[in-house]
Amino acid sequence: MARLSPDNVTLALEIIGRYPRPKSALIPLLHLAQEQDGHLTDDAMAHIAELVGVTPAEVLGTASFYEMFKMEPVGRYVVNICTNIACQLLGGEELLEHAEHRLGVRPGQTTPDGLFTVEDVECIAACTEAPCLQVNYRYFHRITHDEFDQLVDDLAAGRRDDIPPHGTLARVRQHIPPERRAGCVLPEDTATPVWIASASTEEAEA
Amino acid sequence: MPEPEAPAADGVVVEINGREVVARKGELLIDAAERAGTYIPRFCYHERMRPVGMCRMCLVEVDTGRGPALQPSCMIECSPGMKVDTESEVTKKAQDGVLEFLLINHPLDCPVCDKGGECPLQDQTMAYGPGESRFVEEKRHKEKPIPISDLVLLDRERCILCDRCTRFAKEVAGDPLIHFIHRGNDTEVNTFPDEPFASYFSGNTVQICPVGALTASTYRFKARPWDLETTESTCQQCSVGCRISIDSSRDQVQRYAGVDIDPVNWGWLCDKGRFSHESVTAEARLGEPLVRQGDELVPTRWADALGRAADALRGASSPEAIGVIGGARLTNEDAYAWAKLAKGVLGTDNVDAQLGDGLPAEVVLGLPRATIDQVCEPGGTVVLLGPDVKEELPVLFLRLRHAVVSDGVTLVEVSPRTTGLTGLAAASLQPRPGEAGELVRALVAGSDAERDVAGLPAEAVNAARRLLAGSRGPLTVVLGRPSVAESATAVVDAATALLAARPDTTFLPALRRANVHGALDMGLAPGLLPGRVGLDEGRDCFAGSWPSVPASRGLDTEGILRAAADGHIDVLVLLGADPLADFPDHDLAERALAGARAVIAVETLPNASTRRADVVLAAAGFAEKAGTTTNLEGRVSSLSQRVTPPGTARADWMLAAELAARLGADLGVLDAEEILAEIGRVAPSHLGLDLAVVAGSPDGVLVPLGQPEAGPSSSGDAPEGQRGAAADAAAVRSDAADDTTTEEAEAAAAAAAEGAATAEAQAGAADGAAAGGDDAVPDEPLSAPRPELVAFVAGAPGSAPPLDAYAFRLVATRKLYDQGTTVQASAHLAGLAPGTAARVHPADADRLGVSAGERVVLRSARMSITVPVELDPGVPRGAVALVTNQRDVRVGDLIAVDGPVTELRIETAS
Repeated sequence: MARLSPDNVTLALEIIGRYPRPKSALIPLLHLAQEQDGHLTDDAMAHIAELVGVTPAEVLGTASFYEMFKMEPVGRYVVNICTNIACQLLGGEELLEHAEHRLGVRPGQTTPDGLFTVEDVECIAACTEAPCLQVNYRYFHRITHDEFDQLVDDLAAGRRDDIPPHGTLARVRQHIPPERRAGCVLPEDTATPVWIASASTEEAEA
Repeated sequence: MPEPEAPAADGVVVEINGREVVARKGELLIDAAERAGTYIPRFCYHERMRPVGMCRMCLVEVDTGRGPALQPSCMIECSPGMKVDTESEVTKKAQDGVLEFLLINHPLDCPVCDKGGECPLQDQTMAYGPGESRFVEEKRHKEKPIPISDLVLLDRERCILCDRCTRFAKEVAGDPLIHFIHRGNDTEVNTFPDEPFASYFSGNTVQICPVGALTASTYRFKARPWDLETTESTCQQCSVGCRISIDSSRDQVQRYAGVDIDPVNWGWLCDKGRFSHESVTAEARLGEPLVRQGDELVPTRWADALGRAADALRGASSPEAIGVIGGARLTNEDAYAWAKLAKGVLGTDNVDAQLGDGLPAEVVLGLPRATIDQVCEPGGTVVLLGPDVKEELPVLFLRLRHAVVSDGVTLVEVSPRTTGLTGLAAASLQPRPGEAGELVRALVAGSDAERDVAGLPAEAVNAARRLLAGSRGPLTVVLGRPSVAESATAVVDAATALLAARPDTTFLPALRRANVHGALDMGLAPGLLPGRVGLDEGRDCFAGSWPSVPASRGLDTEGILRAAADGHIDVLVLLGADPLADFPDHDLAERALAGARAVIAVETLPNASTRRADVVLAAAGFAEKAGTTTNLEGRVSSLSQRVTPPGTARADWMLAAELAARLGADLGVLDAEEILAEIGRVAPSHLGLDLAVVAGSPDGVLVPLGQPEAGPSSSGDAPEGQRGAAADAAAVRSDAADDTTTEEAEAAAAAAAEGAATAEAQAGAADGAAAGGDDAVPDEPLSAPRPELVAFVAGAPGSAPPLDAYAFRLVATRKLYDQGTTVQASAHLAGLAPGTAARVHPADADRLGVSAGERVVLRSARMSITVPVELDPGVPRGAVALVTNQRDVRVGDLIAVDGPVTELRIETAS
């Protein structure tokens, strides 16, 4: 259970600064917390609540809506195997069964070494490349059982440094130096767009 | 209460079930239909909250010219020419379908559900739903019930996700500690793990839950709705005066629920009020009189206890050797009877309903009074110059919160530490304790301050000053005692400055105790007589009905206690007062109880002071006697009896009458109604008040009644109309006294009282008043001209005490839950008292080299106590904040009431 690290707090404050209202930074901060711990800890959510000025219950209410925010610990690598129609026709279900046997876990479970979590997912939008899977949301196309075994071996041996641990969205962090930021303005402080302004005067006249 | 019909001019004509209905502009269809007598079933819609259209139960067929279509009536405003059918086949099919869906996962455990019998889901299923379900699969199962706070239990299986509780928590209470989580197929309401729904208002969610998903831990499995007997009354846990219903079964109070009245509580209650019903049935209740036998208090017969009390009173060396403290627990009738006994029979003016923790009575009664509605008037500006409203007057906090969030009211807060309203205030200033007067003078000054004021930077003060100077609309002040560790002088000084700068300012006095305002109105204060008049001004009014009136002004509580400590008080009467716990200066209270020759306590529950008494008279408490109460606005509303008092406990007025009889006087009253009638005959501010007037006004009656001209700038029409009509009722009554045809007069009075109610409802007050007043002569009701009511006496500008670089000034505030007798007698509330720590500003802690959690010694001129430190940037530099009346820490030990502030040293405990 961990709150955000001092480095991540610095980053969080920068992210909050990109939005007119601190609350708007909630989702990016949840990503940051998931990147830090691999999943969302209660402490991190409570910390985010403090940072953006809402209650922890509101953070949980938002976070728990999203399937890709994990409330429980998951493996270092989350393997999503598609069994939707195109993949199913081309061996998706067999691939899932193979994965289950290879890793010794059912969908939704994590291997005892904490490396792999297998998930049975709906379409991940790569039907032309079926059967396909994702590891930490990085695509692997037209996967054979041998290729799957090879992938698992490589990941376990740490040979795939193109796939960062679960929670990392991108390894290139957006950073805009303060002098180059456009700044942000509260919606109520912006000028009403012309089309809304004219519509509302018409209504008032009518 | 019937809403007024909208005038056709700016109304919207819609057709509901073939009948033309005039809706107000912008009115929701569901409201317009209900007003016209067509109830549309609903679960999520609640008239005091934003509509969300979640439950779909209020779908009706609406035709706006494009053909009929199903629309949720809680989400659409009435528009001209709209045709609505709430009984069509299509509507019925929709209602049937929505209910079938809602019942898919709803467990049918109605026989063991607290809501069964008063459940909207049950009732509407019977009225609109399918007879049976087509769902044969397994229902969803969840652990049931789970506690989401100490007071509220959640059964997620029963929840229909109407968003009422979560909306209440976020929008009304501002404590969004419950939320929809796992939204999607597994949506449920829940809290964050280990972060309970610890809101002061959590009980309201139980009341508005349309199913049995939220239940109160105090009521679980206690009664079934059809066994309950219900009476409407007024909550007595603070002076806001929320209307409540009392439910009892088997002569035991089972629960309270909020009743929606527009001028006060809007249906909401705080948890202290709602769950204090346990104190009525508490085992500790006094059911028989007690007398001292050596070191012990032993039960006795009433004749013995009253005889001993009367002997003590008779044996007093002079009237001035009798002191009477307390009265806020009493009804108006009780208070009047005790005032008559003390001032009229015993002849002492040493009477005070406050315990040195309020404001001088002349200030409370003399300042132009505002109503809650006037304080919350859209666009207005409110100066908070008193206690933490959230902790002491919680439902007033809800009204103020709504005023700020929804109605654009500007708050300017002046308090010795941050409060529950600080986050909502446009400006919040924390002056050094004792210097609020100086700060307020700077805030109303004509030009900017150039130097720091009361320890605050000039910029902050000037920003607030400009805010006040630029405020349009009415200026109102919530005025009370922010900290008992400083004298009331600074507050009076500040009020004087505000009134001088803005003469149209009105004040809402924020004294917290239940009926303290009624007690003051009834003359339980030195120098005053019932009806807000001074001794000399009112002497003539009471000449006929009272044996005597004290010759000169007596002592207030502080004076009485000092006199007692010096051995000048022979009998000290405690009317529901516990000076040992509540008087700011504990040492003085202690010496006073020791110094008084005899102490007579009139109480419902034992407390520290009753244990020191020589005679304890057991009093009937809330829900055990009828009468009236007066809230902080001066609103008189009814209290009802629902159960019988424990043992042989009697109403306080009866005890006063019994004592008077034993002293050879006759109070001349046989029941509470007679006392109220006497009040209405003699008390100048209450002339014309009687049971018919109170009973005829569900929202209560504002006093002073029948003022020659309405109070300054009272912008609310309704209260004025009400006043006028009630004055007419007064007219009829006094005519009845002259004439002999009582029956006729009765009828006319009833009509006038009804007029009062209608007038209150109708914005155009004239009609309603005239309806009752036609036959009477409204303008010359009284034989003698009414004496001048108490006027506000301006406080002399106090000079701030000199600063001492080493000393800290004490700020002593309150929390909603404390060691007070009713909280501690309510099993479910007792444990919620949070305790206290010495809160200091982090910079001060740094300077002293103490860290959070460390124990320090606070040393005043009086004594020292050891407490842990907490860091709190909401406390001004150079101050220490403590919470009074909490476990283990007796703040009163530090306070000496003779100085303007209490100064302390902080020493690290070794």
